[in-house]
Amino acid sequence: MYFYNVNELYRAMSPSVPLQEMIRAIRSARTQCEERGVIQRECAAIRAQFRQADNGGRSHNLAKLLYVHMLGYPAHFGQMECVRMIASPRYSEKRVGYLGAMMLLDEKQDASLLITNSIKNDLSHSNQYVQSLALCTLACMGSAEMCRDLAPEIDRLLRASNSYIKKKAALCAVHIVRKVHDLGGVSCIASSGGTPSDNSIPRREPNSVLHGAVVLIIELCERNPETLERFRKTVPDLVQIMKGLVLSGYSPEHDVAGISDPFLQVRILRLLRILGHNNEGASDAMNDLLAQVATNTDSTKTVGNAVLYETVLTVLDIKSESGLRVLAVNILGRFLLNNDRNIRYIAMTSLQKIVGTDHNAVQRHRGTIVDCLKDQDASVKRRALELSLALVSASNVRSMMKELLLFLSSCPAELKAHAASGIFNAAERYAPSQRWHIDTILHVLTTAGGDVRDETVPNLIQLITNASELHCYTVHKLYRALLTDISQQSLVQVACWCIGEYGDLLLRGECQETEAVQVTEDDVLDALETVLQSHMSSPATRGFALTATMKLSTRITDNVDRIRSIVSIYGSCIDVELQQRAVEYNALFKKYDHMRAAVLERMPVIEKNSPGHTNGESTGEAIKDIQPAKVKQGEPLLPPQPANQVCDLLDLLGGSEETLQPCPAVGAPAPGLLINTASTAGGDLLDLLGVLEPAPLAPAPTVPVYEKDGVTLTLSCEKQCDTGLTVTLTASNSTDSDISSFTLQAAVPKSVQLHMKAPSGDSLPARRTAKVTQMVVLNNPNKVNLKMRVRISYTSQGSAFQDTVQIDSFPGLDAAGQ
Amino acid sequence: MQILYIHHLLLFGYVFRLNLLKLPVVQATTLKMQFMLLFSRQGKLRLQKWYVPLSDKERKKISRDLVQTILARKPKMCSFLEWRDLKIVYKRYASLYFCCAVEDQDNELITLEIIHRYVELLDKYFGSVCELDIIFNFEKAYFILDEFLLGGEAQETSKKNVLKAIEQADLLQEEAEAPRSVLEEIGLT
Repeated sequence: MYFYNVNELYRAMSPSVPLQEMIRAIRSARTQCEERGVIQRECAAIRAQFRQADNGGRSHNLAKLLYVHMLGYPAHFGQMECVRMIASPRYSEKRVGYLGAMMLLDEKQDASLLITNSIKNDLSHSNQYVQSLALCTLACMGSAEMCRDLAPEIDRLLRASNSYIKKKAALCAVHIVRKVHDLGGVSCIASSGGTPSDNSIPRREPNSVLHGAVVLIIELCERNPETLERFRKTVPDLVQIMKGLVLSGYSPEHDVAGISDPFLQVRILRLLRILGHNNEGASDAMNDLLAQVATNTDSTKTVGNAVLYETVLTVLDIKSESGLRVLAVNILGRFLLNNDRNIRYIAMTSLQKIVGTDHNAVQRHRGTIVDCLKDQDASVKRRALELSLALVSASNVRSMMKELLLFLSSCPAELKAHAASGIFNAAERYAPSQRWHIDTILHVLTTAGGDVRDETVPNLIQLITNASELHCYTVHKLYRALLTDISQQSLVQVACWCIGEYGDLLLRGECQETEAVQVTEDDVLDALETVLQSHMSSPATRGFALTATMKLSTRITDNVDRIRSIVSIYGSCIDVELQQRAVEYNALFKKYDHMRAAVLERMPVIEKNSPGHTNGESTGEAIKDIQPAKVKQGEPLLPPQPANQVCDLLDLLGGSEETLQPCPAVGAPAPGLLINTASTAGGDLLDLLGVLEPAPLAPAPTVPVYEKDGVTLTLSCEKQCDTGLTVTLTASNSTDSDISSFTLQAAVPKSVQLHMKAPSGDSLPARRTAKVTQMVVLNNPNKVNLKMRVRISYTSQGSAFQDTVQIDSFPGLDAAGQ
Repeated sequence: MQILYIHHLLLFGYVFRLNLLKLPVVQATTLKMQFMLLFSRQGKLRLQKWYVPLSDKERKKISRDLVQTILARKPKMCSFLEWRDLKIVYKRYASLYFCCAVEDQDNELITLEIIHRYVELLDKYFGSVCELDIIFNFEKAYFILDEFLLGGEAQETSKKNVLKAIEQADLLQEEAEAPRSVLEEIGLT
């Protein structure tokens, strides 16, 4: 037998091929099936090789397996081989073994524990490259136990090794700190972390070690406020190092486009930010440096901008002097004008963060931000939208709204809902006139009617009823809109409602605010019938249309018969809701004709969130008090101490940071409002308007908030004044045994004042024979998002029970707690 | 009755405090890279480095979703995008997309620089690197990455030092794979 070359010999004698051959073979496979075939063959060969005791090509086999794994094929049978290779004395095998460990093993696999010992040995290896492998693997996939076991080793390496290892040990320590949360382990690293660079003369350490040390210090300071205090004294050293980097001449090793070691600069700036946050002394010490960096850094390339960006973030987060702050905001302004889209994006992200506190400064750049609304990129658009909404104020509302409405007509679909609700909020807060407000809402409904939230319809209706002098104008406009397009459900619903309500004004023909159009009764009825019959109308819309038609029977004179016939047709409609209405209206025509005029007369002005839900009840006690005591502003509340302690609880209530803090005096906290636009209170307004039937107002909403082990707690609330609210909690017990010592405690966000009145009792007899009610009076002067945590404790059958429930939404309040 | 309640609240307020250990405030300012992916324009993964513990299945799902999302973006778009609860920074170099997922909001620009530095390292090592180099020498690409980033953070900010270290390690590897006789290779000795 002849072999033409070594390769052939090799291939003939062993079933597997070298790595690159295999890759070539896989890539040349023309179909998925062929590829699978090649891979299966190779894997079989690899498996066979693994089973053999020792052969020279182990590392190549594992490398092949790793390639196969990267293509997405299963490779778990290689895990034990990785473990074996890591333990091998040969560097080539260790190298691939560790790579395999990082790729195939993660901390959730059991096999990962087996390498702990090897890592431990390799950490003390004489060769630094072997040590490096171990450190790298530990930092990549070390589990908490492994980290705990090996922490002392890392500690040792941090102190007494060459800089190559020291820098790696520092970053490995970062990983350990992240994994091991108990302070024991952390403090041992902390004490050693203190030594490397900052107490010794900084400049002696190479940049990479400094970098690692800074990252480690950042990590430690974030985990432990005491460590933060301790490291604050290093601020002068850090300032020195930073100055050295910024002012030094060209250093070829670390230079990136004229910036000396930008990675280290950015890290140091971040550490300075953490150390200077909320600390006057530290912030003062770094003021000059920050100013220097901000002015000296070249911003023509991305890397310079990266450093500038970090500087700006630092300036804005520490207690910097106002001149420096202005400088920072100006840099952001410059970023906004940059051609590079990335820079514009991050500029807007940062401006978003400070729009609450430095509102005026950001306002100066409003023009540029509004221009970004027209950018091609969806991420930039999103940022520009958020920022624009935050910048709307009483003085610029008209121009801003024009831009926003323009944006709405062309914005991408995923932003439409957000934009629409943002516009509504802004319009509500800053509307210069009612007519403008109504116009704006109508405009939104015509452009993005499909994306508005459900409560827009009742909100708009409520708004319209309040603007009594504009009824004529509104109904004309809506009628015209209805004629053009009946596909936008919200718009159609509002239009129908208005036509039903103010049809007489429409028919009168004259109108001051808009040019008059002669509308006959037939025209109006035609329009409503079109809506009723169109397949585009949703059932709710048709309900609106039917009721509107009915209401017109008292407002028009000639075509009452037509209305009668429409109504009776729908008496046999398939839709149950419509059928029921039609039947009822028919009855109004026939048996109760004497009542018809009274029933269908003009609705009274709807107040927003009116407290007067007097009709009906579901839990009688809750509603009995129609005139609860008014909350005086200066009313003595709970002694501050317990309130604080209870309020500490509220810090952990979660929810957005912004809403739990009191709103700043300057500048509207528009972002906070925006974020909470997912409001929940529309439901009850809808109940109020009902579906415009002349039915009694819906009963006061009482919401069950807690139900467990037979104990039920329900809640209802009534608004006393703009900021005051009375919440009534009612408890009942449906088990077979009595409950005694029933107590409730409540906690609310910091700025809300709470006063619990005496409960009606503390025992809940079995089987709901009696209830316990307790009233809680709240005062929300800062109008923060209202949440309440209630702790329930009681004794039942000799044992004590305790539970906590959090209430995020209150019936009768909208999202802003108003 | 009233006094009893204040008392209760004092007592329970105190208990509240004990039960809920006030943990130190963890400011979310850590810049932690969760993973780095390299993939071709056809969506084939060329390198994946994970710095967070995730099962194989989860990794596959994330890779697939993210690759689809990025490939759907137009050329001139922003290099940053918000995806799930991560910030993704990506850049295309010739036929390869380099994509990093970072946890924090701050300073995406420096992440771009990190990506750029990695590309430079590959370029220097392979000499005008192209996708094929990374395909056929994927383990070398990993070794270079591991010499540049450790646990998701940059460990060496000097290009020269990284390349020097790789060189040394490669030498060490060659020594370890000392040439054997042909007979040894085919197992006849």
